[in-house]
Amino acid sequence: MLNSLTSQLRTIWTILQHSFTKAETVQYPEEKPYLAPRYRGRIVLTKDPDGEERCVACNLCAVACPVDCIALQQGVKDDGRWYPEFFRINFSRCIMCGMCEEACPTNAIQLTPDFEMCEYDRSNMVYEKEHLQIEGTGKYHDYNFYRVSGLAIEGKDKGEAQNEAPPIDVKSLLP
Amino acid sequence: MPVITIDGVSYEVESGRNLLETCLSLGLDLPYFCWHPAMGSIGACRQCALVQYQNAEDTRGRIVMACMTPVSDGALFSLAGDKARHFREAIVESLMLNHPHDCPVCAEGGECHLQDMTVMVGHRDRHYRGRKNTHRNQYLGPLINHEMNRCITCYRCTRYYRDYAGGTDLAAMAAHDHIYFGRHQEGVLQSEFAGNLVEVCPTGVFTDKTLVHDYTRKWDLQSAPSVCTGCGVGCNTMPGERYGRLKRVHNRFNAEVNGYFLCDRGRFGAAFVNSGSALEYPGLREADGRYRALDHHEALHRMAATCASGKCAAIGSPRASVEANFLLRELVAPENFAPGFSDAEQGLVSLALTLQLASRAGIPSIRSIESADAVLVLGEDVTNTAPRIALALRQSVRNKAYELAAGLRLEPWQDAAIRNLAQDQRSPMFIATVADTPLDDVAAKRFSLAPDDIAALGRAVAATISGKPLPSGVLPEHLHSEARMIAETLAGAQRPLVIAGTGCGSSAILQAAADVANALCDNARKAMICLCVPEANSLGQAMLCGTQAPDLAALQRRAEAGELDTLIVLENDLYRRGGQAQIDGLLAAFREVIVMDGLDNRTTSAATLALPAANFAESEGTLVSLEGRAQRYFPVFQPREERRPSWVWLLACMKEMELPECHSMHHFDDITRICAARIPALAGITAAAPDLHYLNLGVKIPRQPPRYSGRTAMRANISVHEPKQREDEETPLAFTMEGLNRSQPGALLPWVWAPGWNSNQSLHKFQTRAGGPLKGGTAGARLLPTGGGGNGNAATSQAQPARAESTAGTTTGQRWQLVPRPRIFGSDELSALSPALAELIVPGFIELCTADAASLGVKDGDGVDVGDGLATLEVRVNDSMVAGCAGYSAGFSGTGELAALAQVTLRRADAWQRAPELIGSDRGIGSGGGHV
Repeated sequence: MLNSLTSQLRTIWTILQHSFTKAETVQYPEEKPYLAPRYRGRIVLTKDPDGEERCVACNLCAVACPVDCIALQQGVKDDGRWYPEFFRINFSRCIMCGMCEEACPTNAIQLTPDFEMCEYDRSNMVYEKEHLQIEGTGKYHDYNFYRVSGLAIEGKDKGEAQNEAPPIDVKSLLP
Repeated sequence: MPVITIDGVSYEVESGRNLLETCLSLGLDLPYFCWHPAMGSIGACRQCALVQYQNAEDTRGRIVMACMTPVSDGALFSLAGDKARHFREAIVESLMLNHPHDCPVCAEGGECHLQDMTVMVGHRDRHYRGRKNTHRNQYLGPLINHEMNRCITCYRCTRYYRDYAGGTDLAAMAAHDHIYFGRHQEGVLQSEFAGNLVEVCPTGVFTDKTLVHDYTRKWDLQSAPSVCTGCGVGCNTMPGERYGRLKRVHNRFNAEVNGYFLCDRGRFGAAFVNSGSALEYPGLREADGRYRALDHHEALHRMAATCASGKCAAIGSPRASVEANFLLRELVAPENFAPGFSDAEQGLVSLALTLQLASRAGIPSIRSIESADAVLVLGEDVTNTAPRIALALRQSVRNKAYELAAGLRLEPWQDAAIRNLAQDQRSPMFIATVADTPLDDVAAKRFSLAPDDIAALGRAVAATISGKPLPSGVLPEHLHSEARMIAETLAGAQRPLVIAGTGCGSSAILQAAADVANALCDNARKAMICLCVPEANSLGQAMLCGTQAPDLAALQRRAEAGELDTLIVLENDLYRRGGQAQIDGLLAAFREVIVMDGLDNRTTSAATLALPAANFAESEGTLVSLEGRAQRYFPVFQPREERRPSWVWLLACMKEMELPECHSMHHFDDITRICAARIPALAGITAAAPDLHYLNLGVKIPRQPPRYSGRTAMRANISVHEPKQREDEETPLAFTMEGLNRSQPGALLPWVWAPGWNSNQSLHKFQTRAGGPLKGGTAGARLLPTGGGGNGNAATSQAQPARAESTAGTTTGQRWQLVPRPRIFGSDELSALSPALAELIVPGFIELCTADAASLGVKDGDGVDVGDGLATLEVRVNDSMVAGCAGYSAGFSGTGELAALAQVTLRRADAWQRAPELIGSDRGIGSGGGHV
C-alpha cells in the first residue's frame, strides 16, 4: 500500500520536473535538425573522382535490398566499362535501410541526409537513373573502382591498375 | 561396401569411387576445383585436402588429396580438423594471389565456384604484398569471352576442350607463373562444343560473350526446365530470362541424355527468341496486301469462322510440340493433316521410325552411346546433324582405355593415368560418309563413298556378320576386305553401335544400318542402333501421323481438285520444305491460308490470317527426341502482347467452333492425356513430366531463385501498383520465388542452387551421388523399346539397286549427284537467327573434289550454277569429297531449291561474286580484345 503510494508520487514528481526542461520538439519545417552526413535518407548514384559514373551495374545493391525496390540492367560502354542502362529505385517501397550502400563495391550508391520525399502521386516516387545520378563523389572522395580492377578499359591497359605487374610475355623463356 | 571414418563418424560408401566424390555424395562440403564428375581427377589444384590417419593410434596423420584417394575399408580421415582446414585455406590464398579485383564486373560473379570455395574455406585476409601478375586476353570468337587474369590454373578448360571434346586450338602455354590458357593466336574457337567452357571454368576466364553485353546475374534469372529445339537429340536446358528477354541457356543435367554438356548450337542458338522479327499481333491481310493487326478475340472469331465454313487441311510441324500438332490434326481430321516434312524427309523419318520399332537392337540413349565399344557410322555427319551424339562418340572410343585400365586395376576416374596408359589406342569407330567429318581424328578408318555405296557397304557388313556371301557387283571390289574387317570388329565387340540418319537423304543407308544392327543381334550381341532425325520433334511427328499421312503434294492435288479450300500451317516455314515454285503452287491452291508462327517468314507473309505463336521459351509442350524420349518443356516467361502458345490458339478455335472433341479439354494436360489415349505410339507421353496438379511437398516449384531481386521496381516505370504475380495454371511451376526447388522429379528442375554453392557445381546436391542421376529421377519417358523389342522383319532391305545406276554422276559426265552436307551453324532454321551464331555462319557453298573442280574449270572461291539456275554457290575444293558427288550446305538460304534434287548439272558461273565477309576489324578484334 505504502509502496504503491510512493510510486505514484514519484511518477508525478518526475513529470513535474519535465515541465522545466528544454523542449526537444523543433518547429519543422521552419527549423531543421542537424543530420549527420552518414544519415540514411534519399539515395544517390555518385561519380568517381575522374567524373565517370561509378556504378558498374553489378546488381549487388538490388540483391541486398530487403524490399526489392532496386532494378537495373547492365550494359557495356565502348570504352569497356560496365554501366547501368537503366537504374530504377522505387522510393515508395524503400525503407532507407542502407543495405545497398553497404553492398556497393564501388561506393556508387550512397544514402544522403535528405529525407523530404513527399509526393501526392506514388508514381513520382519512382526514381530513374537521371534522378539518382549526381555529379560529385558523395561521401567517399577518392575511390575509383577501375583503378583497382583488373578489367582493361580505354586509357587503362592490363597491368596498369594498382598493384599490378605489366602483362606477362607468354613467349618469354626467362624465369 | 567399404566403411570409412571421417571426423569420427563412420560411413558405408560405394567402392571404386574417390574420396572427393564420396564426401560430396555424403553431403559433406569439401572444396575442389580441378575435379569434374565427367572428366575425373588429376589432382592439379591441391584444394580437396583431407588428413588421413594410418590407424587409431596415429595422431599426426598426413595430408592427402581427396580426388586422388580411393576409398578403402577402414580408412580414417579428418575433414574438419585444423590441419586440413588450414591447408585448404592456404591453397585458396595462393590461388587468389593474382586474382584481380573483378567480381563486380565479372560475368561469373554470383555463380562463381571460386567465390564459393573462397567463402567455404574462410579465406579473408591477403598476406602477400607483391604485385599481381597480369595477362593479355584473346579474341576467341563471338561466343566466348576471355579474361585470362582470373585464371587459377586448374586445367579444367584444356582437359575439357582437348581431352573430352577433342578440340585442338586451346592449350596451356608457357611455364610456371607465365602459364596461359588460350589459342596460339587470336581467333574463333573451332570446337562445336566450346560453349561448355563457360560452365566448366570454375571462375570467370571463359564467360558467355552473348550474356556479357546484356548481363543478368544468375540470381535474377527466371528459369524453367526446357528442351533444346536445335536438333533431334533433345538435350535438356535451363534458359534464363529477365525483362522479357532470353539471356542465356545453361545445361540442365540429364544423366541419360546430355549429361553436363551442350553443343554451341543449343547453347547460343536460342537467342532467336529475342528476334526483332517476332510476331506480336494477329494480322489479317487486306485487299491491298497489307496486314491489319487484330486483337485475339477478333482473330479467333475469324479463324473459327474460316475453319467452320471451309474444307480444312493442315500442315503440322516437326519443330512444334506433339500437343499442338495433335490438336491441329483433330481439328482438320487425320486424312487432311500433313506432318509438315519435305516430301523426301517424310519418307525418311517414317522409315527411321519403322526400322527402330522393328529392330531387334536396342535404341541407345546418349549415355549408352558413350558405352559402345565399336561404332559404325553410316552416312551421317553427326557433328553437324545431332552434335551432342558426336561428343558422346568421342567418349565411346575411350572404352578401350578403360578396358586397359581395368586390367591394371586403375579406377576410371584416374584420368591422367588412363590417358597415359592408352596413348592413341581407341575403341574402333568406322565412318562412311561422302566427305570428311569432324570425328575423323578419332575414327579407326573413314571411307569417302557415294550414298549408294555407303548403303552397299552397310549391307555387305550385315551379310558378312550373318555369314552370307557378299552380293556381287554391288560393292566396289576394294571395299570387300574393308567390309569384312568392319564386320569382324563389330561382331567381336560387346556393345556394338550402328549410327545412321536422314542427314544425307538416303533411305538405303537407313535400311543398311538396320540390317547391320539386326545381323549383330542374330549373333547374340547386345547391339544398338541410333538413327538421327533432323528436328526436335521429327520422331514425335512420325509417331503421331503414322506412315499413311498425306504429304504436301497430296494436299495440293486435293485442293486443286476442289476437295479442300482452307489451309492451316502450324509453326512451319514451308519454303524450307520445298522449292519456291512448289510452295507457291501449294499456297495458291487454297483460298484461305492461316499461319501460326512465332517469327515473320516467307510463309507467314503469304498467309491470309497470321497468328503469333509463342516459341519454346514462352509455352509448354512435349517433344520426342531421336531416341524416342518424350520430354516436356515449360514456359520460361510469359509471352508478350497477343502471342499465345499454338495449342492455346487451336483449343480456343475449337471451342469457338464448339467441336465435340474439345469438350473435355480445359488444360494443357488434358490435351496430352487425350493424345496419349488416342495415339497408341504416343501413349507414354503423359509420363514425360508430372501434370499441373503436382505439388512439391505441398507447394509449387519456383522459377525464380530465392534471391531474385527488383520485384517492386522492375515494372514500376509502367505502374507503381504491383500486380499480383501471374499464376501458372498449366504447369506445376510458379512465376515466383515462392515454393520448393528440391527433391522434385528431374523433369521439373528449373535451376540449381544450394546454400554455399551458388555455381552450377551445386548440381551434386540434386544428384543421388556426385555425378549420378538426379534424385527425382531422369527426365523424359522412352516411347521406343530400349532393349530392342522388334522382330527385325521390317528391316530387311528392299531390292538392291544395281551399281550401274547408283553412280550415274561420274559416268554421264554432266550430271552430278547432289548430297546434302548439313552444318551445325546455319542448317537449322531457328538457331541460324541467333545474332552470335549468325556471325559464324558463312554463306552456303558446294564442295567438290579437286578432279571434279578441275573438270568444271573452277577453283576454290569460284561460283557454280547448280541445276540450271536453281542456285549459285561458292565452290570449296575438298579432297575428301567422293568423286561425282557435290555436297551443298543444306538448309542455308539459297539452297532451298536443291533439297528435292538428286542429280543436277553444274556449270561455272562466270558472273558470280563472292558475298562480302566480315573482316577482323568489324568483329572488334583490334579494339575489343582487351575489353569486356
